[in-house]
Amino acid sequence: MSPAERLDADPVAGPASEPAVLRARDAGLELGGRTVLDGVDLEIRAGEVLAIVGPNGAGKSSLLAMLSGERAPSRGAVELDGRPLASFSPVELAQRRAMLTQDNALSFPFRVREVIEMGRSPWQRAPERERDEGAMISAAARADVTHLLHRRFTELSGGERARVSLARVLAQDTPVVILDEPTAALDLRHQEDVLRVARALAAIGGAVVVVLHDLSLAGSVADRVALLAAGRLLAVGAPREVLTAESVGAVYRIEVDVIEHRGRLLVVPADPRARPE
Amino acid sequence: MSEPAPPRSHLARRRALVGAGFGVLLLAGVLVSAVVGQLAVSPAEVLGSLLRAIGITTPWAPQDPVVDAALWVVRFPRIVMAMGVGAALAAAGAVMQAIFGNPLAEPAVVGVSSGAALGAAIAIATGAAALGEGAVAIAAFLGGLLATFLVYMVSRADGRSEIVTLLLTGIAVNAFGGAGLAFVLFLASTASREQIVFWQLGSLSGSLWRESLLVVAVAVVGVVVATALGRRYDLLALGERNARHLGVDVERLRLGSIVLVAVLTAVAVAFVGIIAFVGLVVPHLVRMLVGPAHRALVPLSALGGAVLLVLADLLARTIAGGAELPIGMLTSLVGGPFFFALLWRQRRRSGGWA
Repeated sequence: MSPAERLDADPVAGPASEPAVLRARDAGLELGGRTVLDGVDLEIRAGEVLAIVGPNGAGKSSLLAMLSGERAPSRGAVELDGRPLASFSPVELAQRRAMLTQDNALSFPFRVREVIEMGRSPWQRAPERERDEGAMISAAARADVTHLLHRRFTELSGGERARVSLARVLAQDTPVVILDEPTAALDLRHQEDVLRVARALAAIGGAVVVVLHDLSLAGSVADRVALLAAGRLLAVGAPREVLTAESVGAVYRIEVDVIEHRGRLLVVPADPRARPE
Repeated sequence: MSEPAPPRSHLARRRALVGAGFGVLLLAGVLVSAVVGQLAVSPAEVLGSLLRAIGITTPWAPQDPVVDAALWVVRFPRIVMAMGVGAALAAAGAVMQAIFGNPLAEPAVVGVSSGAALGAAIAIATGAAALGEGAVAIAAFLGGLLATFLVYMVSRADGRSEIVTLLLTGIAVNAFGGAGLAFVLFLASTASREQIVFWQLGSLSGSLWRESLLVVAVAVVGVVVATALGRRYDLLALGERNARHLGVDVERLRLGSIVLVAVLTAVAVAFVGIIAFVGLVVPHLVRMLVGPAHRALVPLSALGGAVLLVLADLLARTIAGGAELPIGMLTSLVGGPFFFALLWRQRRRSGGWA
C-alpha cells in the first residue's frame, strides 16, 4: 500500500474494525519516585502502524518499555490479547511480540546469520521451528542484509548492524512488533525500506508500534500518531490531525511548517532566516 | 560483496574437526603422561595394563607389580584429575564470559579462585577439614560462590561489564582473598600451613581416585548443563534487554550460571589449588576456531581444557628433571602474557579501557 492510498483509506481510526491487540488502560509509570508516564490510554490494533512521537524526555522509551512488558505499569494495566502482560511467561511473550531496541552491541563475534537466527529462539520448542530457515532468509531479504549473512556482526557499520537487528526482530515473526527509532542510523534509502517493512507487516495483519523522531517519517508511515509530552498522551489520531503546526509547535517549542507533498505529510522547521533571533 | 554465505555444514565440519583434533591430542597426552616419569613404562605396558583392567589379557601386560602400581595408584588418577580440572575450569571460563558479556572474565582473574582457596584454607586451619573430606570442598564452594556474587554485583551494568571495572573488582577480590589467606597462614599450625601453601600454587601431585572421579563427575554434569543452556548464552550476547525480549528469563539464567561457575571452579580448586588462566586461554582459542556459539564452544572448551592441563601437568612433571614444578605457576607463566596480549589488542581496538 502506498502512503497515498493509505491516507485515503480511513483517516481517523485506522482499521477500526480490528480488535485491539495491545492496550494500555490508564497506565502510569514511576521511576525512582518520579512520574514518567501518567494516565496513558492507548490501543494498538491488528493491521495498523502506530507511531509514537514526542520531544526528548517525553517518556517515549518508557512507554515502549511498558508496552513491551519490560517494565510493569505502576498504575493501570497493559494487556496483550486481553491478558495482563505480567501473566505471560517470557517465552510466551516473545512469541507474541518482538522488540527492536536501540542496543546494537554484541559481546562476541557471531555471524550475521547466527544473529538473525537468534530471533527464532522463542520458537525453539514449538512446531513453528520448522519455518526457522525460511523465516531467517525472508527476514534477511526484507532488511536488505542477505549479502551480509556470512559476515561477522562485530565488523559491520552502525547502519548495517541496525538492519541486521531489524532482520532479527522480523525473524521472530510475531503479531506485535515494537520498533524503537528503527531509522536512527540509516541512510535515506534504508529509512524508506524500514517504513515499507513496517507497512508490509501491518498489511498482513500485524500490529506495529514505532517510535520516530522524524515527524515526516511518522506522518508518512503511520495510520495513527500518538503525540506524547511530559509523560501524557496529548493526542492520538490520523497524522494529519495530530501533526499540525500548532500542536507540534506547542509541544516541541519550535515553529514548524506542515506541508503536504505528493500525499506525504512533511513537518519541517520554519526557515530560521525568515525570523530574527 | 554478495558471495554466498558459507553453508552451515561448513561450520559443523569445522567443529567436528576441532573436536577430533582435541581428542587425538588428549589421547596422545594421556599416553605420554602414562609412559614418562621416574619409573620408565613402555607404551605397550600401558596399553596392556589398561586392557587387563577391562578383562582382556594380552602379552603386553606388565609383569612387574611395581609398574602396575605406578600406573594405577599414581599416574592414572593424576591424569584423570588433570582432565577433570581442565574441563571444569575451561567450561567455567566460557560460562563466566557469557554471563559477563566479556571475553576477559575468568575465574582466577576476577577472584573466584582465590575466594575458593580462602574458603578451603579456613576449613583446613580451623580443623573443619577433620569433619570429612567433603568439608574442604564445600568451604571452597562457598568461598567461590561469595566471590562470584561479589564480582558480579559490582562490575556489571546493563548486562555487560566494562573491562576496567571487571579487572578492578578482580584486583580487589584477589587482594582480599590473598590477605585472608595470609592471615589464615599466620594463624595456622605448621601442618596446615603446608597444606595451604599447596592451594596457592596449585599441584596435581598426590591425586586420589575418589577425588579425581568426583572432579570428573562434576565437570561432566556442569558441561552438560552449560551446553544445554548454550542457546540462551548466545542470546545474552545481544545484551540483557534484547535477551529478555527474546524470551530468556535473564535473572534465573544468571543466578543459575553463577552457581554453576562457583561449583565448577570450587571443585577444581578444592583438590588441586589455584590454576589460573585455563578458563581464559582455552575458550578464547576455541572461539577463534569454531566461532562463539556456546553449544559448540562449551563442550569443545571443556575438551580443550582437558588437553591443556594434561599437557601442562606433563610439562610440570618433566621440565625440571627430578623436581616437580607447581602447575599453577606454569599456567600463569604462559597465561599471563596471553592475557596481556588480549588486553592490549582489545584496548587498541576500542581506543581505550572501556
